[in-house]
Amino acid sequence: MTYITKPQLHHPQLKTNALGYTRRDYEGSVSTLCAGCGHDSISSAIIQACFELDLPPHRVAKLSGIGCSSKTPDYFLGNSHGFNTVHGRMPSVLTGANLANRDLIYLGVSGDGDSASIGLGQFAHSIRRGVNMLYIVENNGVYGLTKGQFSATSDKGSKSKKGVINHDAGIDLVSLALQMGATFVARSFSGDKTQLVPLIKAALSHKGAAFIDCISPCVQFNNHAGSTKSYDYVREHNEAVNRMDLVPARETITIDYAPGETVPVAQHDGSVLHLHKLAEHYDPSDRVGALAYLQSRQALGEIVTGLLFLDPEARDLHENLGTVDAPLNTLSERELVPGAQALARLNAALR
Amino acid sequence: MQRTSTEGPDYFHKVVDCQWACPAHTPVPEYIRLIAEGRYSDAYMVNWKSNVFPGILGRTCDRPCEPACRRGRVEDEPVAICRLKRVAADNKEDITGRLPAPVAVSNGKRVALVGAGPASLTVARDLAPLGYELTLFDGEAKAGGMVRSQIPRFRLPEEVIDEEVGYITGLGMEMRLGDRVDSLKALLAENYDAIFIGSGAPRGRDLDLPGRQEAAANIHIGIDWLSNVSFGHVEKIGRRVIVLGGGNTAMDCCRTSRRLGGKDVKVIVRSGFEEMKASPWEKEDAIHEDIPILNFLVPKAFTHDNGRLTGVTFEKVRPEYDAKGRRSLVPSGEPDEHYECDDVLVAVGQENAFPWIERDVGLTFDDWGMPKVDPLTFQSTLPNVFFGGDAAFGPKNIIWAVAHGHDAAVSIDKLCNGEDIAVRPPPGTSMVSQKMGIHEWSYDNDPANDTRYRVPLRDKGESLRDVRLEVELGFDRAIAYRETQRCLNCDVQTVFVEAACIECDACVDICPTDCITFTENGEEDDLRGRLKAPAPNLEQALYVSGDLPTGRVMVKDEDVCLHCGLCAERCPTGAWDMQKFLLEMTHAGGSCR
Repeated sequence: MTYITKPQLHHPQLKTNALGYTRRDYEGSVSTLCAGCGHDSISSAIIQACFELDLPPHRVAKLSGIGCSSKTPDYFLGNSHGFNTVHGRMPSVLTGANLANRDLIYLGVSGDGDSASIGLGQFAHSIRRGVNMLYIVENNGVYGLTKGQFSATSDKGSKSKKGVINHDAGIDLVSLALQMGATFVARSFSGDKTQLVPLIKAALSHKGAAFIDCISPCVQFNNHAGSTKSYDYVREHNEAVNRMDLVPARETITIDYAPGETVPVAQHDGSVLHLHKLAEHYDPSDRVGALAYLQSRQALGEIVTGLLFLDPEARDLHENLGTVDAPLNTLSERELVPGAQALARLNAALR
Repeated sequence: MQRTSTEGPDYFHKVVDCQWACPAHTPVPEYIRLIAEGRYSDAYMVNWKSNVFPGILGRTCDRPCEPACRRGRVEDEPVAICRLKRVAADNKEDITGRLPAPVAVSNGKRVALVGAGPASLTVARDLAPLGYELTLFDGEAKAGGMVRSQIPRFRLPEEVIDEEVGYITGLGMEMRLGDRVDSLKALLAENYDAIFIGSGAPRGRDLDLPGRQEAAANIHIGIDWLSNVSFGHVEKIGRRVIVLGGGNTAMDCCRTSRRLGGKDVKVIVRSGFEEMKASPWEKEDAIHEDIPILNFLVPKAFTHDNGRLTGVTFEKVRPEYDAKGRRSLVPSGEPDEHYECDDVLVAVGQENAFPWIERDVGLTFDDWGMPKVDPLTFQSTLPNVFFGGDAAFGPKNIIWAVAHGHDAAVSIDKLCNGEDIAVRPPPGTSMVSQKMGIHEWSYDNDPANDTRYRVPLRDKGESLRDVRLEVELGFDRAIAYRETQRCLNCDVQTVFVEAACIECDACVDICPTDCITFTENGEEDDLRGRLKAPAPNLEQALYVSGDLPTGRVMVKDEDVCLHCGLCAERCPTGAWDMQKFLLEMTHAGGSCR
């Protein structure tokens, strides 16, 4: 790890956003991960996305489980709410927090061990319930903290650093998320911020369960020949189906693509996603088509990235449950203890 | 852009802004680190080697290094380089044992040095240890030149001059003090192997205005008056004093006046405040001593009554700028202003004067009466006569005189060894990795966030009572240490090896000043506009790698790099390294030949 804190001195022309914050204001403490870890690039992309979205840092809650990836919330958004939960239990804690205070912006950060092994059930249920959150898995296909065993997302047939072949089938979290009903599903690569930052921005703006599987090479244990999650392998096999820009609600739309190439998709919050097609026949509004496409490409050893599925009309958990509109901590005694008459009405309704 | 070539001494030297800006190319970050370690004597010797007068310059240097300092571009103010130099001088131990010993055996070559100012003394310092027989001439009784005569004692105590001049004269040379050279022809006839002329710019410009003759008793030429004060010939001045001129001499004149009885002292300048030639800190010092500076007033006449000066009349002007941005001063049309005073000090510039050089000895002079001097070798049109300091190209300052002296000494040494003096010796350079461990460097890579520390001053009332009492007290060791921590160690270079890079972006993500970008190559104008942070400072280089596996290149804008080494710490493959670039100028002696 780096011993010094990142100097406060910054570029004299560092921009500020609508809130008057610079990108540096969204940083956290200096990373203690290994040098070159893909997770640090993802942290940096989250910082950039939150800065560009003008998010008030104190309105963001970042939750994580256990593992290298789950350490990263310490390294970004140093002025936001944070909760390191137990291993694999981040989705449940996030769901609870979301139910209690629906006004915060929820960012769940997890890894392939935390989400595909010990927390697989938690992952699946938080997605299928439609919790309004961005669930991001920093997927390096290896147990880095325990020195490089295969994880549940390691591809069958890939090689460990010591040359051992993985015989177990890998779990594809993107396919799982699609099956579980996620309303925003994307895959990206830590080494491609031009793709990743707009995806994070769009996912944070999405109302419903948004999932990003971000391949993030482990420089220490999974960046060798034979790995399918190394910088070189991902760069060679990356097939982006689209590029995307997010235009916030308050900005006028200035992007002007040739017709037919770009699909504008209106979001709940008034922002517009501009999807710039790269793969000709790929339709990100078709869940079944997306699943089929992913499987066919995966069979060829390709890694499909980009915005893979989006339902702009998504509902979230609160809508499904018909919960109270306000965060619970804003409810006063008058609302919480409505009195004998209200109780009598309720009892009458149940008779 | 082409892959940046870091071959040769210049690329990395230019990154060390302070050293590049210093005429003598003093390795500034190197001595600042030594001060931080408490190795004051070592810091002093680094300075002594390159700029000869650390104690003098630590108080009086024009400090071209400070406006260049990178710290001034990432926050408000540069590192107090000049005052740290003084800290080395103030806190050093006895360094006499580290000076070259006087040479017992002559090399048989005789060199005459005309004028005992900083230029000649530098030549003497460089040549004496090589065995040259030196003869140093000066019209004054003590060596030092303008350092002794023109700089007031409250800025530079006599002991400091005596000490540092003494280090040089102690190297062994014939001192002909009080012996003003009045004929170059006669000097040439003495058959020296080389003659170095460092006689300065000794003549102060006068103002030939109505009343100048009539009121002559109370109108003084600034530099002459300052030297009369320095040598104790003048001890008081009138109560009301007007100083004409806006340069550093004017600042010395007004502050000296305040100490010799001037209660109502004004500086009155033709130009605006910002365009004044005086260094900003010298203006500050004057204002601190309750001296108003009045601008846009052009002196028109000295008024007098019965042969006694009564004041000065000024025409009011305003600046006008033409299409090319050149300024001219035009009358504002307002009525003239008259300021009463008892004495006037004229500090409107200095000139060279060579009345002692016969025009038929073979020296070519230009239309302005300046000798024709080669700017690299300092050779005149007489092959064995060299000029340096203010005598060469007009008034500059001490540090330029030192730089000239070093170069002239190289020329003289080569000439006396029968070599082509146009072939200049390259500087000595070295690059050494600072890596000690995975995240450990042999320099302190954590820059402090402190803003610039002020040098403590002596109480104003006390310092205005005595013209010989030094005003600045200098940093104490504790403050000096804190100031050293503001230095960004720009000589510890970021060195990139593209073959090792895996393009993981770790360096881009960690860089506190957004210096690093991986992007498609392009022309410089284009690249500067689309880096992670704009790179509008064209004086600062872009460091561009060769092509990387993804077809992109690494581009680093050197402009505001903190040299914190975080790029190298976060690099998993060692593609970045922090390497100390040390450049030392080659002075006269074996290695220059």
